[in-house]
Amino acid sequence: MEPFSTTEPEVGTGRDGYDSPSPDNIVILAQDLWKTYDMEAISVNALSGVSFSIVRGEYVAIMGPSGSGKSTLMNLIGCLDTPTSGQYWLNGRLVSELTDDELAYIRNKEIGFVFQTFNLLARASALHNVELPLIYNGTPPAERLERAEEVLRKVDLGDRMDHRPNELSGGQRQRVAVARALINNPSIILADEPTGNLDSATGDEIMNLFERLHQSGNTIVLVTHEHDIAARAHRIIHIRDGKIDRDEKVG
Amino acid sequence: MAKQLRNIRENLLLALDTLRTHKFRSFLTVLGVLIGTTTVIGVASIITGLNNRLVDTMEQYGSRSIYIFKFEPGIRFNLTREERMRKPLQYQDAVAIRQYCPDVEEVAVDMFYNGPAPGAKYKGQEMLDAGIQGATAEDFSINGATFVDGRPYTELEDTHRLNVAVIGSDITKRFFQGEDPIGKDIIVGGNTFRIIGALGKRLSFLGDNSDDRTVYIPYWTFRKIYPDAKENLIVAMATPNRMNEAMDEITAVMRRMRKVKPDQENNFGMATADSVIKQFNQITGMVALVMVVLSSIGLLVGGIGVMNIMLVSVTERTREIGVRKAIGARRQDIVWQFLLEAMTLTGAGGVMGIILGYVLNFSIRTLFPSVPSSVPLWSVFLGFLVSISIGLFFGMWPAMKASRLDPIVALHHE
Ligand SMILES: Nc1ncnc2c1ncn2[C@@H]1O[C@H](COP(=O)(O)OP(=O)(O)OP(=O)(O)O)[C@@H](O)[C@H]1O
Ligand SMILES: [Mg+2]
Repeated sequence: MEPFSTTEPEVGTGRDGYDSPSPDNIVILAQDLWKTYDMEAISVNALSGVSFSIVRGEYVAIMGPSGSGKSTLMNLIGCLDTPTSGQYWLNGRLVSELTDDELAYIRNKEIGFVFQTFNLLARASALHNVELPLIYNGTPPAERLERAEEVLRKVDLGDRMDHRPNELSGGQRQRVAVARALINNPSIILADEPTGNLDSATGDEIMNLFERLHQSGNTIVLVTHEHDIAARAHRIIHIRDGKIDRDEKVG
Repeated sequence: MAKQLRNIRENLLLALDTLRTHKFRSFLTVLGVLIGTTTVIGVASIITGLNNRLVDTMEQYGSRSIYIFKFEPGIRFNLTREERMRKPLQYQDAVAIRQYCPDVEEVAVDMFYNGPAPGAKYKGQEMLDAGIQGATAEDFSINGATFVDGRPYTELEDTHRLNVAVIGSDITKRFFQGEDPIGKDIIVGGNTFRIIGALGKRLSFLGDNSDDRTVYIPYWTFRKIYPDAKENLIVAMATPNRMNEAMDEITAVMRRMRKVKPDQENNFGMATADSVIKQFNQITGMVALVMVVLSSIGLLVGGIGVMNIMLVSVTERTREIGVRKAIGARRQDIVWQFLLEAMTLTGAGGVMGIILGYVLNFSIRTLFPSVPSSVPLWSVFLGFLVSISIGLFFGMWPAMKASRLDPIVALHHE
C-alpha cells in the first residue's frame, strides 16, 4: 500500500459497527479533490477541495442541493472523470497513474455505475444493454444472455427484455441501468439517484436489492434527494457548493 | 484467441446492424468502392477471356510450329529503309531448313494471294469473301488441320501442279449443304479445282477465322497460276522439346541463306504460339495497368467518402461511445468497432462490385459472344481484399478519433 506512505489523509470519525479505517480496508480515498470548469467568462468550481474515505462494505448516501457537485464527485469516484487537482486512491491505487486499459478494467469489473441519466444505448434492447459490460470482458454469448436475463428478472423486468429504452417508462429504464451496473458483480456500486424516477414501491424494491448487495459485502455509494432513502444508508455525506458540509453516521 | 474472435463477431454484427440502419447512406458512400471493384473484375475478366481464347487459338496450330516471316511480327507504323529493301523469303530457304536443321521435323511453305479476295463459285452460287492460298502438303499436318472429309494432297499432286483443292469449313457450309464436296469442281479466280478434302472448323480469336474461308491448293499449282506472287511463309515444326534449338538452327540457316553479315541484325522474323501469346500479354498488361490506375482513383475517392461518413458516424454516436467506455470498453475495443464497421461497409461495396462484375461478365458474353470473357478467381479475391483494405485504411483515423474520446465528455455530448 505504497500510496499511503506519502500523505496520510485525515479519515472520517469512527463509525460503530464497522472496521475503523485502516490502509487495508479503505476502498475509496479522496484527498482535496477539485473540479473546475473553465467557461468562457467565468470558471465554475463544481468541487472545491473534497476529502473523505470509504471503507470496504460501507453503505454511504450523498445528499445535497441540485448543482452542489454530487454527480461530479460520483464521476470522479467511478473513474470516469479526472479531477482538476487532488488525489484519488481506489483500492490503494492512485487513479491518476493508471493506464487507459486499467481504467477500462476497473469500470468494467470493479465498479457498477448507475447514471442519473441512465445512459442506455438507444438502439439496443434492454437485454443487450444489460449484457454489454460482459461483452467487454469476453464472456461467452450464452452465459452473457443467461446472466443478463437473470439480473433483469431481479429488477422485475423479465417481461420487457426485448424493449428498447424508448419503449420503456422512465422507471423501467432506471431499472435497466441498475441491472447493467450489477451484471458483473462489482464490489463497488455507485448509483446517482437510482430511485429518482421510481414510485415508492419500485424504489423500495431497488433499495432492498441494494441492501442485499450490501449485506453480501459490497460497498455502496448512492446519491439521493430523499431522506427516507438516505436513512437506509449507514452514513450520509452532505455536500453544498462543492464542499463536504456534514458527514454523519446514521442507522 | 477465442475471445478475440468473439469480439470480432460481436463487432461484425454491430457493424451489419449499423449498415442496415443507414442503408441508403451506406450505399452512396461505397459507390466508389463498388465501381472500382466492378472495373477491376470487368477488365480482368475480359483480359482473361481474350487470353484464354488466344491460347486455344494458337495451340490449334501446334505449339511446336515456328513461323518464319520477312518481317519481325508485331504492330509497327513505318518500315526502315533496310526493311523496305528486304527480298521475299524463298522456297529454297525452306529446303535448306529441312536439310540443315536437325531439330526441325517438318517444313511447309505457304504462298498468299496478292490483293482482295478472289471469291469462289460453285454451280452458279458465289462466295465473295473466299480466299485462296498455296501450301505444301506438310502445311496441314504441321498446322494441326483436321479433315472432316477427304484427304490432303500428295507431294506428287503438288509437283505435278494439279488443280486439286482442300476447302475450309465455311466454304463447305456455303456450297455443300447436305452434299458431299469431294470430287466436285470449284472455281476460284477463274480457275477450276477438283475438291479432294474438306477441313474442320478452326477456332478463332475474335470474329471468324479466315482459314475457314480459304481454298488451299498445292504450292506449285499456285505458283503456276499466280507467277507474280512472291511472298512465301515458311512453317517449321520442331522435334518435341527442342523449340529453342530448332529456332537457333533456323536462325543460322536463314542468316546464311539471306547473306546476313555477322555484325548485322536478322533480316527476317520468327514467331511461335508462345511468342504471340507473350506479345499479347504485354498489351494486356498495359491495359491492366491503366485499369489499376483508373480503379485506384475510384477507390481513393470512395475511400475518402468512407472516411467522411465514418467521421459523421463517430460524431453521431459520441454518446454511444461514451456509454461503452463508461462500462469498460478499452480503446482497442472502440477502434475495432469502428474499423470493422468501415471494413464491413467497404467490404459490402466490394461484394456488390463483385456481383456486378459477374453480371457485367455475363452480359458481355451474351451480347458479344466473340469476346470470351470469364471472371478469374484472383480478381474476385483481389477486389474483395482491396475493398476491405480501403475500409481499414480510411477508417483508421475516425476509429482512432473515437477511441480517444473522454468518457464523460462523450456522455455529455448533445
Ligand atoms: N461540463 C460542465 N461544464 C460546466 N459546468 C459544469 C459541467 N458539469 C457540471 N457543471 C457544473 O458543476 C456544478 C455541479 O454539477 P453536478 O452535476 O455535479 O450537480 P449535482 O449535484 O449532481 O446536481 P443535481 O442534483 O441536479 O444532479 C453545477 O453548477 C454545474 O453547472
Ligand atoms: Mg446530479
